[in-house]
Amino acid sequence: MAKITYISSTGEEYVVNVDNGLTAMKGAVDNSVPGIDGDCGGQAACGTCHVYVDPAWVEKIGPIHSSIEAEMLALIDGYAPNSRLSCQINISDDLDGLVLRMPAGQH
Amino acid sequence: MTILSTDADLARVIPLDKIDVSAPDLYVRDTVHPYFARLRKEAPVHYCPESAYGPYWSITKFQDIVAVDMNHKVFSSDASVGSFVLDDTTLNPVDGGISLPNFLGMDPPKHDIHRMVVSPIVAPQNLLRFEATIRERTKRVLDSLPIGEEFDWVERVSIELTTMMLATLLDFPFEERRRLTRWSDIVTTRPEYGLVDSWEQREKELMECAVYFQGLFEERKKAPPKPDLISMLAHSPAMQNMGAEEFLGTLVLLIVGGNDTTRSSMSGGALACHLYPAELAKAKANRALISGMVPEIVRWQTPISHMRRTALADIEFQGQKIRKGDKVVMWYLSGNRDEDVVNKPMDFIIDRPNVRHHLSFGFGIHRCLGNRLAELQLRVLYEEVLERYTRIEVVGEPVRVPSNLIHGFISLPVRLHA
Repeated sequence: MAKITYISSTGEEYVVNVDNGLTAMKGAVDNSVPGIDGDCGGQAACGTCHVYVDPAWVEKIGPIHSSIEAEMLALIDGYAPNSRLSCQINISDDLDGLVLRMPAGQH
Repeated sequence: MTILSTDADLARVIPLDKIDVSAPDLYVRDTVHPYFARLRKEAPVHYCPESAYGPYWSITKFQDIVAVDMNHKVFSSDASVGSFVLDDTTLNPVDGGISLPNFLGMDPPKHDIHRMVVSPIVAPQNLLRFEATIRERTKRVLDSLPIGEEFDWVERVSIELTTMMLATLLDFPFEERRRLTRWSDIVTTRPEYGLVDSWEQREKELMECAVYFQGLFEERKKAPPKPDLISMLAHSPAMQNMGAEEFLGTLVLLIVGGNDTTRSSMSGGALACHLYPAELAKAKANRALISGMVPEIVRWQTPISHMRRTALADIEFQGQKIRKGDKVVMWYLSGNRDEDVVNKPMDFIIDRPNVRHHLSFGFGIHRCLGNRLAELQLRVLYEEVLERYTRIEVVGEPVRVPSNLIHGFISLPVRLHA
């Protein structure tokens, strides 16, 4: 289990405990955290779970490991080096304290 | 001998290899669903050896469609192998006529470069900017509608609102905006559908469209950059070497992809309110449910029935051997009714779980760029509808577009109840 802090584009914080094995996207959607949609259900197919990983966590999260995720991210306006699709971030104890920021304009 | 009396009967007994879900007649009469149901059950990856568009594969289940949509390396959208719709005459030259190359019909890397030129138009700050205009127009249009008297929702609401939106996006001369509707309709038409008498007539009108837009392009290029699509294209370094056909193709993509579709959803939403009045009542009692009503309208209507790909290599997919060069058709209209993914899929249910999980915008790198703008227009429309009416009553047969691509309405006679 990991405690995750999701921060909206206007600074509201949502702190959620997410079980290991789930993704950061699922953690947000299941706990009604606004700003992450996950329209495709978590298949790196829609880009609506885009988040910015807090700089302190970028190395722990590791690099993007699928070309599909890289392709989808590259097409997003506001894509930054710390951008990830939260449906591709798998939760484990190691990520306890993770901080993610949502972009403006995702529901 | 069994006497068949309905399409549902025929769909059940017809030999599998005789099923052809591309026939426009099925869409005019809204009778395609029993065929899709049979294919999903018995031949989810189905080869149709003969049709008006040549042989093609049908992909009818939700997850299979996602897999094809995501696999652009094998399933190409590129114009050079046929582009992204089943009917080769829509985007490719007919008898040496006009072609309409655009980024939906491109593979990476060129696709990505072109898409990124226009994607800023729907950035969050722009959507915020548009909302006030959309609200003001929507109020004005609805306030002008009669209560208790029959009128055509397609003409007075769907076409009116979406054409105004498109004119705004393009900064197109407002008083001429109905030409956008006409041009949009003829791109996807064929002479036998009644909108044009011949391929030559279609060609002539598309050339007029090209000339008109070229004029606007030259004008915007000379002026300082503005936040409208034509100015964005005119000032983009990436599009500097864009030829006249590619410019027209890009505009046509935005006109059809961003206009015809939202139009269908606006009309489909009205029909859904008529068929499922309890859902309308639910939303009226709890306005927060609009956030589910909008995506459910988009799923239930499915404004684009299919998108097509072409196999770049032989591939075995779900036990079927697809050959290089084969046309592969993703039937979004079928996938959105796949019971394995959507519970009671034929029904309009605004608070269903995972309501945003549908195929209507596609998935993968070609996923609809304008989806937030479409949802914004729909949200504002139905928010204003909920303010004003207790019931939308459809009072005559809807007339549907004779197309296996554009799943929309030509007319929808309604009567509103306050």
